[in-house]
Amino acid sequence: MSQINLDSKIPSGPIEDKWTNHKFDVKLVNPSNRRKFSIVVVGSGLAGASAAASLGEMGYHVQMLTYHDSPRRAHSIAAQGGINGAKNYRNDGDSVHRLFYDTIKGGDYRSREANVHRLAEVSVNIIDQCVAQGVPFAREYGGLLDNRSFGGAQVSRTFYARGQTGQQLLLGAYQALSHQIHLGNVELFHRTEMLDLVTHEGRAVGVVARNLITGAVQSFSGHAVVLATGGYGNVFYLSTNAMNSNASATWRAHRKGALFANPCFTQIHPTCIPAGDEFQSKLTLMSESLRNDGRIWVPTEFGDERSAASIPESERDYYLERRYPAFGNLVPRDVASRASKREVDSGRGVGPLKNGVYLDFAASIDRLGEETVKERYGNLFQMYERITGEDPYKTPMRIYPAVHYTMGGLWVDYNLMSNVPGLYVLGEANFSDHGANRLGASALMQGLSDGYFVLPATIGDYLAPQLGNSALGTDEPVFVEAQSQVQERVKSLLAIKGSRSVDWFHRELGKIVWDNCGMARSKEGLEKALVEIPTLRQEFYNDVNIMGHEETINQSLEKAGRVADFLEFGELMCRDALDREESCGGHFRVEHQTEEGEALRDDDQFAHVSAYEYTGDTAQPVLHTEKLEFESVAVAQRSYK
Amino acid sequence: MQVNLKIWRQSGPDSPGAFHNYEVPNASPDMSFLELMDVLNEDLQTKGEEPIAFDHDCREGICGSCAMMINGRAHGPETGTTTCQLHMRKFADGAHITVEPWRAGAFPVIRDLCVDRSAFDRIIESGGYITAPTGTAPDANLILVPKEVADSAMDAAACIGCGACVAACPNSAAQLFTAAKLSHLNLLPQGQPERYKRTVSMVNEMERWFGSCTNHGECSAACPKEISLDFIAMMNRDYVKAQFKQRRFASQT
Repeated sequence: MSQINLDSKIPSGPIEDKWTNHKFDVKLVNPSNRRKFSIVVVGSGLAGASAAASLGEMGYHVQMLTYHDSPRRAHSIAAQGGINGAKNYRNDGDSVHRLFYDTIKGGDYRSREANVHRLAEVSVNIIDQCVAQGVPFAREYGGLLDNRSFGGAQVSRTFYARGQTGQQLLLGAYQALSHQIHLGNVELFHRTEMLDLVTHEGRAVGVVARNLITGAVQSFSGHAVVLATGGYGNVFYLSTNAMNSNASATWRAHRKGALFANPCFTQIHPTCIPAGDEFQSKLTLMSESLRNDGRIWVPTEFGDERSAASIPESERDYYLERRYPAFGNLVPRDVASRASKREVDSGRGVGPLKNGVYLDFAASIDRLGEETVKERYGNLFQMYERITGEDPYKTPMRIYPAVHYTMGGLWVDYNLMSNVPGLYVLGEANFSDHGANRLGASALMQGLSDGYFVLPATIGDYLAPQLGNSALGTDEPVFVEAQSQVQERVKSLLAIKGSRSVDWFHRELGKIVWDNCGMARSKEGLEKALVEIPTLRQEFYNDVNIMGHEETINQSLEKAGRVADFLEFGELMCRDALDREESCGGHFRVEHQTEEGEALRDDDQFAHVSAYEYTGDTAQPVLHTEKLEFESVAVAQRSYK
Repeated sequence: MQVNLKIWRQSGPDSPGAFHNYEVPNASPDMSFLELMDVLNEDLQTKGEEPIAFDHDCREGICGSCAMMINGRAHGPETGTTTCQLHMRKFADGAHITVEPWRAGAFPVIRDLCVDRSAFDRIIESGGYITAPTGTAPDANLILVPKEVADSAMDAAACIGCGACVAACPNSAAQLFTAAKLSHLNLLPQGQPERYKRTVSMVNEMERWFGSCTNHGECSAACPKEISLDFIAMMNRDYVKAQFKQRRFASQT
């Protein structure tokens, strides 16, 4: 079992030359041979759509699977603030090296140097590519591109399209994908959900998926499989992820041999609208860009019942500006989130449930005028008002951290291939670039880097030696067997006919992981969670009630499969959090903190990637580690003071 | 608060549908309309009934999945708002609310409130892009776009593809959707080379699926992103121009 060799395949040579040299060293498939290769891409977000479009343009035959009714609905669409690019258009000292350095430091020295440097290099090409496609980025009056600054950086390198950057980038990729669909290079299978990975002689050869309209279970075969299926934030039930976002594709691949890396690295975003009532189905994020012009504060007094307007300036604590004068309101997300938690836990929270802090725009409105503030954040203010019924131009917003992004994911090497040959993992679904904490405006960058520029350059290395081999037929025993297992699982879920809804189990799981594996984690809490999750899982298999049948749209059935996988994944996440006896980035173990309450890393013991192997028993995963070597940056304790 | 719902149920594309009445006695004014549907569905399952199928995903008003005709209005009574962003505080206690799927020939009902909007994808596939294969792009700042132009392009590009415009139109026309994408791309300098070809392809594809425009303006009134009718005028003008424009000389202004 444990014969796995975690070879990261990092090219040798100076960090600036690794990617350039590697592109020359990998094997290529010549243009006329590419049509002989078939690639299955699962997921149509930024990473999946950009990969499928680019591979289609190169001449590969691509099958694209998405569970959405259209590829354009993928959750990348909801990203608001922007995308980083080391263009140095502002002349403020930015460079590829600075973006690389900021990302490594922001990730609290838990990401792979070579991958991050490549990401920073490619970031400039992404901006060029997106502009050529017609992404309507914000402009200066002279017609040049505008930039804004973002958390964790002291330069302005973030490109944006109002508060809808994710939407516009995704539509750019979706349009390029649509062009390839029109040309016949990409075949689109919408409302089709991957339910298992198929391997043959140790290689990934395809997937089994369910047509969500007819319920038909089908196989898709290819020379390689690409998962671009996003993160696992919905294990917490309440998160800013879309309702359908789930970890089943990556979890199923994990069960088929792919290692899951750093599952305990989750990001809690500091600026979300606090939960209002028990019916809350999801949380809404307010872009981090708001921290550019908003000031965060709480009343100095504990349990202050006055309205924000009647609290005088002298009785307000702008705690981020006070504690982190250099970065102020623009400290990285993990630091800002923990600071809010500290204030709310200490009894200085605001709002009816005392579960938020203020994000105040009064000073900016005075300085810039309401018009300018409206131009920058109008749609966000409108969204806030719709949800809360309060007008942020008049009263400060109430915000609180919420689960937003997951840095962990399937382990991949420098080529973005998992330890299962032929299985590539892109975007949020892999683990490699953000370490223990992701900087703002970097998720869009990574998704597009992986899809537009990295995978198209590296996949040939795996495909070239296979020239002449046709893809396995879907009538081969491995597919037939995988298909019947999927059908069996669907039927057995429907047959339980217990007394509780799928959502009930999801909410219960969410409570366990939020309380014990959320913003602050302790040995005691995690051990408790590791008892509670398996118990809940057992209860699920005895008592879940799924109405309806399988030959039609059945949203409870879809969700049941996803929650069942979360019930296994959640256990791995807690196990990893328990094993990682240090605090770093989004992973905060209360036992490991400085006197000032900051995260305390342990580089001697934990400067590694923890990658777990599935053994058939969720209580007994095998841990493999990849040592993280830092050759180009000096490892230091992060300071934003 | 308490609300009375009359909801369209239909078990499959070819099955007959009918309205069913439901009551939600324990709604909260702060919940969204979709959270009301969640509560109703959970209640139905407890009673052993099949939950109501409806499309939804981001619940932030941006993915364009949710699509409900509420009291005869696409996305309900609040202007510039998707169903997921509509909150119960906009309804009176004891309100009677009718909920239907989008009604349009090009959007067949799949089940209950879910419809098939693939026709929109076909329109985009026919030409809703700028041909710019990965890897060929010049430095981003070599392409100057006046701020006003970028802003108008963004106004058009804000379309979320939900289909409310089609559902609201008495002719089930898709002019606003098509014009929004055409205007986004045709306004930008990068979009000029394919401008007229794109316009003809997309308009022709649109007409394969959807009805004709008779200038009611219901589309724009129903649009959750409040996309302007001006873009339809722009599309029509480009379509007419495309008929006699010598494309070989298209670079001449």
